[in-house]
Amino acid sequence: MDFLFEMNSISAAYGTNMVLQDINFKVTGNDFVGVIGPNGGGKTTLLKVILGLLKPVSGEIVFNNELIQSYSIGYLPQISTGDVNYPVTVTDVVLSGLMMRKNIISRMTQADKRKAGNVISELGLSGLSAATLNELSGGQMQRVFLARAIIGDPKLLLLDEPGNFVDSTFENDFYEKLRELNKRMAILMVSHDVGTISAHIKSFACINRKLHYHPSHEITNDDLLAYGCPIQVLTHGDIPHTVLKTHK
Amino acid sequence: MDTTIFQYEFVIKGLLGAIFASITAGLAGTYIVSKRMVFLSGGITHASFGGIGIGYFIGINPVIGAAVFGILSALGIEYLSVRQKIREDSAIGMLWAFGMAVGIIFIYLTPGYSPNLMSYLFGSILTVTNADIIALGIMSLILIFYFGVFYRTILYISFDEQFARTYSSYVDIFKYLTTSLVALTIVLNIRMAGVVLVLSLLTIPPNIAMIFTRVYFRIVIWSVIAGFLGTVTGYTISYFAGIPVGATIIFTLVIIWALAKGLHYLIGKFSKVAIRTV
Repeated sequence: MDFLFEMNSISAAYGTNMVLQDINFKVTGNDFVGVIGPNGGGKTTLLKVILGLLKPVSGEIVFNNELIQSYSIGYLPQISTGDVNYPVTVTDVVLSGLMMRKNIISRMTQADKRKAGNVISELGLSGLSAATLNELSGGQMQRVFLARAIIGDPKLLLLDEPGNFVDSTFENDFYEKLRELNKRMAILMVSHDVGTISAHIKSFACINRKLHYHPSHEITNDDLLAYGCPIQVLTHGDIPHTVLKTHK
Repeated sequence: MDTTIFQYEFVIKGLLGAIFASITAGLAGTYIVSKRMVFLSGGITHASFGGIGIGYFIGINPVIGAAVFGILSALGIEYLSVRQKIREDSAIGMLWAFGMAVGIIFIYLTPGYSPNLMSYLFGSILTVTNADIIALGIMSLILIFYFGVFYRTILYISFDEQFARTYSSYVDIFKYLTTSLVALTIVLNIRMAGVVLVLSLLTIPPNIAMIFTRVYFRIVIWSVIAGFLGTVTGYTISYFAGIPVGATIIFTLVIIWALAKGLHYLIGKFSKVAIRTV
């Protein structure tokens, strides 16, 4: 499978605070990577580097330009970036996901609006297309932002802690939806909720300043010990079990 | 003196002024209210008074001095707050008073000429020149063109700047350009409503509109209409009652806001189904 992008010895910092160090990481076209790690370990920073929002201090990121450009990545941020009291409708927000394809003076065509309508109903938001964000529940809002991320049919979808706002009634549908999307795009999902995501991902990357990629969805205690990944693990398996331990 | 022609000219000037003021204030006002930068705009307004003072002192058109001060302070605050070198509200608070201080010092220092300070602080239609009206007219065209052509780009950047950065490299250009146009709009409207009152000309109409709709484009349209109603009514009342025009316009706009709020409340109360114009 073709690679989508490759990070070579990437280091990134906020001021003098080194957050990512010597990261080598490659994502291929069909992968579903769970990015786990402790708070402050650099999970969101990794996404920012991929999106071009943060310039790495050293190293380079190479995109497979036939498949992907840095500006054509689907991105679901942690919910706070947009002002939920801003006077925009659900349709407007979803349409903004097409702006990567448009130039600055573009108008939205009827086809664009139909597409927005389709994505909106696909995510169970029918009837809310004319609503404004402040009329929605947290879970509905999250789905609006997911719709914005996927309307452009990206080859790579980045999800930053999507579990935080998915309401429990929609949770199964949400992961089912991701599985479906994964057939046509690679997914990189940041989460601290290892238990929930391990049932859905194909591989995982543990990040705590350094990154360790593990090409399997089974996260074992030994892996985490070896990688120095200090997180709490709760995995689902044939026999449900919980591992609670602090790792060095 | 031919009073009919004098009155005719007075009416035309007032009417054109009202139209252009409502268009510019409606477009710029919806932007600053939606983006919650009303306080920043207050800072720009008062900083521009420094430019008025310096304009008088060195003998150029004070509006030009105000425009330079307004735009520079707007860009300065945006830049500093992006760099996070300073707390934005503190920066605005300082600039606010600094602009007023500079303005008063230079007007005081201007030799042999004492401009009508009151007309700049509170607005006066009598000092509005034909050139002011033309400038406001041109500003209306520029804003209609700018918001018309770049509507979605401006909307999306101001709604979610961080997300816009993931697909566009024009975010900063648009942010600074729009803020500059807001500053220019404020400065050109100072002649009508004065430094102290002009901000309300921008902020009250969108707040009237937002009682009935939460869709950006409709807020603009209804702001322009509400602004026009308030300006013309206020202008007429001030003419016949012989009271200051800027203050009367703002007073009228607040009354319209209160009436709209009351109307909305009554509609909600007396209809079983809540009415909300989308």
